[in-house]
Amino acid sequence: MIMTTLLKVEKITKKFGDFYANDQISFEVNKSEVLAILGENGAGKTTLMNILFGHYTPDAGNVNFEGNAIEFGNTNNAIKLGIGMVHQHFTLAENLTVLENIIIGRQSIFSLSLPKRQARVKILELSKKFGLPINPDELVANLSVSEKQRIEILKTLFLDCKLLILDEPTAALTPQETDALFSTIRNMIETGLSVILISHKLNEILAVSDRIIVLRNGSSVGEIDTHSADREKIAEMIVGKKIDYPQKKKIPRKSKVLSLVDVSYDKTDAPNLSKVNLDLYGGQILGIAGVAGNGQTTLAKILSGHFKPTQGKIVFNEAKSVHTSPKSFMDLGVAYIPEDRNSDGIVGDMEIWENAIMTEMDDPYLRNSLGIINKKTSFDRSENLCETYDVRMQSIRQRSRLLSGGNVQKLLLGRWLMRKPKIIIACQPTRGLDEGAIASIQNLLLKAQQNGSAIILISEDLDELLTMSDDISVMYKGMLSDPTETSSTDKLSIGLRMAGDGFL
Amino acid sequence: MIKFRLEERAKSPYWLIILSPFIAILVAIILAGILIVLAGANPFESYYQLIIGAFGSKNSFAETLARATPIILTGLAASIAFRAKFWNIGAEGQLYFGALATTLFGTGLVVLPSILMIPFLFIMGALAGGLLLLPLVLLKLYYKVDEVVTTLLLNFVVVLLVSYLLEGPWKDPMSLGWPQGKSVIDEGVLPQILSKTRLHLGFIISIFFAFSVWFILSKTVIGYRIKSVGLNAAAASHAGVPIFKTVLIVALLSGGMAGMAGVTETAGLKGYLTLDLSPGFGYAGIAVAMLANLNPIGVIFSGVFLASIYVGADAMSRAMNVPTYLADVIVALTVLCILLSLVFVHYKILFFGVKKND
Repeated sequence: MIMTTLLKVEKITKKFGDFYANDQISFEVNKSEVLAILGENGAGKTTLMNILFGHYTPDAGNVNFEGNAIEFGNTNNAIKLGIGMVHQHFTLAENLTVLENIIIGRQSIFSLSLPKRQARVKILELSKKFGLPINPDELVANLSVSEKQRIEILKTLFLDCKLLILDEPTAALTPQETDALFSTIRNMIETGLSVILISHKLNEILAVSDRIIVLRNGSSVGEIDTHSADREKIAEMIVGKKIDYPQKKKIPRKSKVLSLVDVSYDKTDAPNLSKVNLDLYGGQILGIAGVAGNGQTTLAKILSGHFKPTQGKIVFNEAKSVHTSPKSFMDLGVAYIPEDRNSDGIVGDMEIWENAIMTEMDDPYLRNSLGIINKKTSFDRSENLCETYDVRMQSIRQRSRLLSGGNVQKLLLGRWLMRKPKIIIACQPTRGLDEGAIASIQNLLLKAQQNGSAIILISEDLDELLTMSDDISVMYKGMLSDPTETSSTDKLSIGLRMAGDGFL
Repeated sequence: MIKFRLEERAKSPYWLIILSPFIAILVAIILAGILIVLAGANPFESYYQLIIGAFGSKNSFAETLARATPIILTGLAASIAFRAKFWNIGAEGQLYFGALATTLFGTGLVVLPSILMIPFLFIMGALAGGLLLLPLVLLKLYYKVDEVVTTLLLNFVVVLLVSYLLEGPWKDPMSLGWPQGKSVIDEGVLPQILSKTRLHLGFIISIFFAFSVWFILSKTVIGYRIKSVGLNAAAASHAGVPIFKTVLIVALLSGGMAGMAGVTETAGLKGYLTLDLSPGFGYAGIAVAMLANLNPIGVIFSGVFLASIYVGADAMSRAMNVPTYLADVIVALTVLCILLSLVFVHYKILFFGVKKND
C-alpha cells in the first residue's frame, strides 16, 4: 500500500515568554492512519493541536495539509481544508436539537432558514456509514456524554473533514462506549480518513493507533510503530525515567470507621442519591465505579461534609453526631481529594507554601495565638511537604497554577497525608495525569492504606479500580451496589453494571 | 489586512506593572484634555490651575488631605470586600450610618474625656457600618441574595432615613431651620492637625487604618483566609477554610471602615451631621480601591490622588470657567484606563498579517 501524506508538520516552535511549549516538532500523518500523540500534561500536545486547528500562531515552522500551507490563527481555514477537532469539553448548544447543532454556524447569519432537509439526509447517511446512531430531532440536553461525543464527531464529518483530531475522547466513557468509539474510528480509517488521537490511556492507544509520537517538555522524543511497541518502554519515554509501578498488598481489615445508613440526597443542585448503604473499614480500599454524573460526586461531598444528606445518617466510628461542615469532618480525620483539582483543590493564584498550609491554620506551630502567621515555620513545613511527597517546583514562593497536574495532586494529597487521615475520599485522583504521576499517586494511596487509612476510591478508570481496590461497588443513577471482592470480578461485569445491569 | 490577537503573558515584566498606572493616568489626562479644549479652555493652563488648586498652598494642600480622609476609609472598605469577592457597593450608606451613630452618641448622650470619647465614637461608627451590612451578608450566605443589589439599594434607603431624621426628630433647634443634626460635643471633635486649616486628626487615623488593614491582610490568618476565599472559594472550603465566618468578618471589617468615614466627616470636618455630608465618598471608594489594585497602602496614594482631582477641579473651574464635572470625567477615565492597562499587563498583543496560500 502506498502511503500518501495528508498532513506534514515541520519544525513547529511556539514560545510563551521564555518557555518553549513546542520546540521544533515535526511529524506526518498519512491517509487512513491513526496517529496517537502521547505526553505528560504540559508536554505540548494541546498547544500543538491548537496550532493545527488555528487557535494559536506558532513562532516558527510550517504545516502543510494536502500540499497547501495552512493559514495560522484561522480556525475557519482549518475547517475549510478538512481538519476537524473534537475538544475534551464539548461545544454543543444544549437547547437545540442534534440536527440544529450539527448544521449551526455554517450558514450566513442573514439567511432566514436552515437547509434542514438536505442536511438531514446527509447526516443520516453519515450516521449509518460510520456506525454513529443518532436521532436528529432529539434535544442535545437529553443526551448522554457518549451521545454528545457522537454529535461532535458527526459535526466534523458533516463538514467533510479529512483529518479528525480527538482530544482525550475516552475520558468520560464506559468500556463498552469506548469500544464503540474505537470501531467508529476504524470505520473512518477504512474510508480514507485520518485521525489524530490524544490520550493518556496507554492501553487504548495501543489498541487503536497505527503510530505513536511521544512528546516531552515540548519536544518530540520518539516515533514508534504501534505493532512493535512495548507498553512499559513507551511509558518510560513519556516520563523520561523508569516508573515504579504500584504493587498492591492486601492487609488485614481493621475495625469499622464509617458507615452510611440509607443515605439519600434529593435536591436540585447535584445528582441525587437514593438509599445508599456503605461500610468502610480501616486498611480497606473500597473502589466505586460508575459513569460520570451518576451521583459519585454527591456521595463524595456527603462523605466530606460539603452536603448534608436529606435522609439517612452517617455514622463515624467514634463520633456520635456530627455537624455537617468540611472542617468538622476534617477534624474527624476525613481527607477529601476533589475530582477537579484545579477548581476545587488548589488556589492557583496563591503561592505553593500558602496552599501547602491551608488545612493547617489551627496548628500553633504555624501561627501565634494572635493569629499572625509564622512565615519561617510555614516555609519549613511547606519545603518539607514538597520534599516528602516529591512535589517538583522551582520555589515554594511560586504561584501554584504553574505546577503540572501531577505535582498539584501530590501537593494536595501530601497536605492530607501529613495529617495522618483515618478516611481518604479520593475522587478521580489520577484523572488526566501521566503514567509517572499516576504511579506516584497510587503508591502514596497504597502506603496510606498500609498505615491503616480507609480509602474510598471513586474512579472511572477500571484498570485503576481493579489494581487498587479490595472491594468494588458500582454507582448507577444514585444507587450503590453491594461491594464485590475485586478478585472475583472483572472489567466486563463492572462495565455491565455501570450501564445499569443488576439495578432495579 | 492586519489582524491582532491577545495572548496571555506567562509572567508580566516588573517595569510594566509599576509603570502601567502612571501611563493610564497620563492617558486619562490627555483624553480629558480634549474635553477641556471642547469646553473652550487651554488644557495646559487648566491642568496647571488644577495642580495649584490642589497643592499650591498650605491651605489647598490641607484641603486635599482633608478630602482624602473619608475616601481612604471607603477605599479600604472596598479593598477588603473586593479581595474576598464580596461586592460591597454600599459604603455610602454605611458611611451615613456611621455618621448617624456619631450624632446619636456624640452630641451629649455619652460624655467622656477626649482621649476616650474619640475612640468611642470611632468604635460606634464602625459598629454601625458593620451592623448595616450584617443582614445583607446573612441574606447572601443563607439565601444567595446578590449583595451588589442589596448593598447598592440600601444606600438610598439610608440616605432617606438620614433625611427624615434631619428634617424631623433629630433636627437641631439651633440651626435656624437648616436640616442638620446637633453639634458633636467638644470632647468628641477631632482636633485640627494643621492650624488654620480644615485638616483634622481623621487623616492620621485613616492612614493608621490603611496600615492596619495591610497588616491584617498580609500577615494574619484572617487575611490569608480572605485572600483564599476571594481567589478560589471552592478550594478554600475543601481545605477547611470556614467560608461563612470569613465572609462575615470581611463584611464587618468593610462596613466598619466605611462607617468610620462617617465619623471623620461628622466629628472632624463638619462637626455635625448634614444631608450633604458625603458627595458620593462611598462610591469614590470603589474607584480608589480599583486604582490601588486593592492594595491598602496604595489606597492612601490613590485616595489623595482622587481628592486632589476633586479639590483642584474646583479651582480650575473658577479660574478657567470650565465645568467642575470635569473632575468626575477625569476620575472615571482614570479608572477605565487603569482597568484597560491591566489587560496590557497580563496580555501581549500580537499583530500579524494574513499570508496568502501559495
